[in-house]
Amino acid sequence: MTSDKANPEALSALDRPNSYIGRTVPRPNLDRLMQGRGLYVSDVELPRMAHVVFLRSPHAHARIISIDASAAKQMPGVIAVVSGRELSTVITPWVGVLSHLKGLKSAPQSAIAVDRVCWQGEAVAAVVAASRAQAEDAAEHVLVKYEGLHAVTDMRTALDPATPVIHASLGDNLAFERIHDAGAVDQAFAESDEVVDAEFVFGRHTGVTLEPRAVVADWNVAEARLTIYQGTQAPHMVQNIAALHLGLKESQVRVVCKDVGGSFGIKVHIYADEMATYALSKLLRRPVKFVADRVESFNTDIHARDHRCKGKIGVKRDGTITAFEIDDLTGIGPYSMYPRTSAIEANQVVNLVGGPYVTGNYRARARVVFQNKNVMCQYRAVGHPIACSVTEGLVDLAAMKIGLDPLEIRRRNLIADNAYPCASPSGLRFEQLSHHAALAKLVQMMDYDALRAEQAALRVKNVHRGIGIASFIEVTNPSAAFYGVGGAKISSQDGVAVRLDAQGSVICQTSITEQGQGSESLTAQIVGSVLGVSMDRVRVILGDTDNTPYGGGTWASRGAGIGGEAALQATKVLRKNILDIAAAILQSTPGELDIVNNAVVKVADGAPRIDLSELARIVYFRPDTLPPGVQPELMATRHFVPREYPFAFTNGVQASWLELDTDTGFVKLLKHWVVEDCGTIINPQLVDEQIRGGVVQGLGAALFEKCVYDERGQLTNANMADYLVPMSGEMPDIDVGHVVSPTLESELGAKGAGEAGTAGAAAAVTNAVNDALKPFGAIVTEIPLTPQVILTALGRI
Amino acid sequence: MTAAVAISLSVNGERVEANVLPRLNLADFLREHLKLTGTHVGCEHGVCGACTVRVNGDIVRSCLLLAVQTHNATVETIEGLSDSGEIADLQSAFRERNALQCGFCTPGMLMAAQDLLKQSPSPDRGQIREHLAGNYCRCTGYQAIVDAIESAAWARAGRLP
Repeated sequence: MTSDKANPEALSALDRPNSYIGRTVPRPNLDRLMQGRGLYVSDVELPRMAHVVFLRSPHAHARIISIDASAAKQMPGVIAVVSGRELSTVITPWVGVLSHLKGLKSAPQSAIAVDRVCWQGEAVAAVVAASRAQAEDAAEHVLVKYEGLHAVTDMRTALDPATPVIHASLGDNLAFERIHDAGAVDQAFAESDEVVDAEFVFGRHTGVTLEPRAVVADWNVAEARLTIYQGTQAPHMVQNIAALHLGLKESQVRVVCKDVGGSFGIKVHIYADEMATYALSKLLRRPVKFVADRVESFNTDIHARDHRCKGKIGVKRDGTITAFEIDDLTGIGPYSMYPRTSAIEANQVVNLVGGPYVTGNYRARARVVFQNKNVMCQYRAVGHPIACSVTEGLVDLAAMKIGLDPLEIRRRNLIADNAYPCASPSGLRFEQLSHHAALAKLVQMMDYDALRAEQAALRVKNVHRGIGIASFIEVTNPSAAFYGVGGAKISSQDGVAVRLDAQGSVICQTSITEQGQGSESLTAQIVGSVLGVSMDRVRVILGDTDNTPYGGGTWASRGAGIGGEAALQATKVLRKNILDIAAAILQSTPGELDIVNNAVVKVADGAPRIDLSELARIVYFRPDTLPPGVQPELMATRHFVPREYPFAFTNGVQASWLELDTDTGFVKLLKHWVVEDCGTIINPQLVDEQIRGGVVQGLGAALFEKCVYDERGQLTNANMADYLVPMSGEMPDIDVGHVVSPTLESELGAKGAGEAGTAGAAAAVTNAVNDALKPFGAIVTEIPLTPQVILTALGRI
Repeated sequence: MTAAVAISLSVNGERVEANVLPRLNLADFLREHLKLTGTHVGCEHGVCGACTVRVNGDIVRSCLLLAVQTHNATVETIEGLSDSGEIADLQSAFRERNALQCGFCTPGMLMAAQDLLKQSPSPDRGQIREHLAGNYCRCTGYQAIVDAIESAAWARAGRLP
């Protein structure tokens, strides 16, 4: 690991005796989860709680002629059957647009469909009963008459004049278009020795969180308050949206988020059925619980990555890349999601293509179209796998064309490590990246030359192995530039409050959330280190809008970089306050004192002077013994948001080593390597596990995962037997290495790590498959790389 | 609808008498009737492994078994295995290796891991991966889980890695 820290102030706050920064320590509270004693939303039960089941449309596009609930209402246990029109008296519709995405349009979406359904799985009616089983029984007796409408399913023809327009009020099926042109692209292509183009196709896939989306909404009419128990990544965002559409003040809505069974961006959005559940609670004046079943999850959890992207690259014979050009098309379903919108992924593709490379010549067009399929929106590594696969695929194709090694073309074109700060042709500003150091480390970790020799030796024996390399950049620590500037009430700042309790332990409330990444751990590590107390004395509270500072939550790889810095700054203030009081008690000066191992010590000789528990006892119970005028403040709060850079970019490189069976088309992953640079590493084990988990999510997309729709807009594999996810048997071991370039925008220096793995995994695998296919003259540019795709490329089927 | 059926079984060493509808699956019985919420429901069709429990010593998908089928049976859940200390070393290995993130798969994963180590005290990594092949984890990518089980196996066998 290389470390280059240029911020001396950070050394004083973090590199203290017994610092937890940079140390692998177990996460607090794992026992609760390992003993089955967590509290996921699906476990929550409240007095008088009813269960809602949604009757969902079997049609991709249809008019609702009538809904007859009379028989269903007579079924045992049924409390209410509610249509979209009935629910619209309680909750208003929404439109998923952001003002900074110029031209983005969408149609009003209701909690439950009114008059028309626009995708298979859209809720048509809510059945509320004493138990879920009773609600499911009754739902079978709700009679809905539909008149089928033409389903727009193929994104390639969605904009054709002959294709019906899904929302007449919008005029066409184009949700958003972005065009970008930088440098002199035509001239660059004209001056290239070779120009290579290809179309890259990405399978629509989804998050498959093991715990489905779940919510318990509890409207207490006597308190005029709604408490929402939900596994969300952004509690304050949910609070804002629920209040807005139910006609409440934010102070009337509390969002509580305990344990969350996986999120990955799936649980950072506002879904129609969740809005309906809040509204049903208000309507029925009792707690209502909704837990999606697995079929509903496939049909309604956001999908992602349904892109077809044409790409072009110019290259000179010496390996210099002269230009990139892309034309990206994506289909997002019938509505832009709320409130983050469904234009962000295509926008990111435009932002990120070519990002690791020097060339300033870049032209891009991205079009986002409506279709009658489930909604698409932001999922782990938004846009990155598309941009990385297109960029790295093109780079490899260019290298192949001029007969250059994939490593060498990258060495000749990656932005130099000493060229920062600089900007990309799409306008991204890079503070400090380390592409070359990362590549060098990767080559050493994987022993590239030995692998090439092994590959050559095996080829003679008709064993076809491939090596794939993929460099990438990753958006982390987003400022208000992501959502706030577009008018969304999604906070980019986070807050942390720390206080010393009456026994000298620390209670820390943070606005970031935990879905297993280790938010609690990194917060406790920072607080413990900066204050000088052991981690077991630090209790972290998160996921409760009543009991944490206001903030964004955990998404877009922001928890450690933004929430961690807020924790650091708050704890510095608490430390100063404690030392001021200690000086008053001890008739010393703050400068002569420090806190080490839960006690105030004398700096000069390290001798303990007063234990924190004793200091707390005096402050809370015997303030009369303090000198006159001394008012202790053993609680401190600080907030943080990056202001200088809109995003803290990270970088990295991945490599895949795999074996291809050219008879069956099966790919066997043998090994995977990642080197990434997320700046300051708070807990090496947690960072590595974020990378590994992210890689495997990317490998799923590369090899298995695809939501298969037929031409009528029917999702044909909405279950876990037919939709394949990575299981332990197929996954390789993954080696992870780091280069460390801290951001100077914070004292902590941490950037994000949660999405780096997913960003580059599919690109590395696809490049490795193409490397294995080289002797056959075949190229694949479509994922998932199913046997069918590979055998088709080989001309075998 | 068919009438409720009386069943009598042992759950985590405690005698349980209940009247259940024939259609009630074991996962829902454990979670909703006995409030043993450590058994998780992920897919409800026997693929994800989150609901894995032990019935008469064998691990089963509790979403695929009806509660009435456990009449006179011995059922053990994650709560029971935790309280008895039977898997304390596995849990410790999972903690040290961060072999869980969101934790939703973990009870089922631990059940499957303990089942493997009872059958095969010194499994290699391939055997561990094979035995976990019916337990879905979206968070970890599996490597940390394999590492943790491997280290627990080594420790039980009294050998150093």
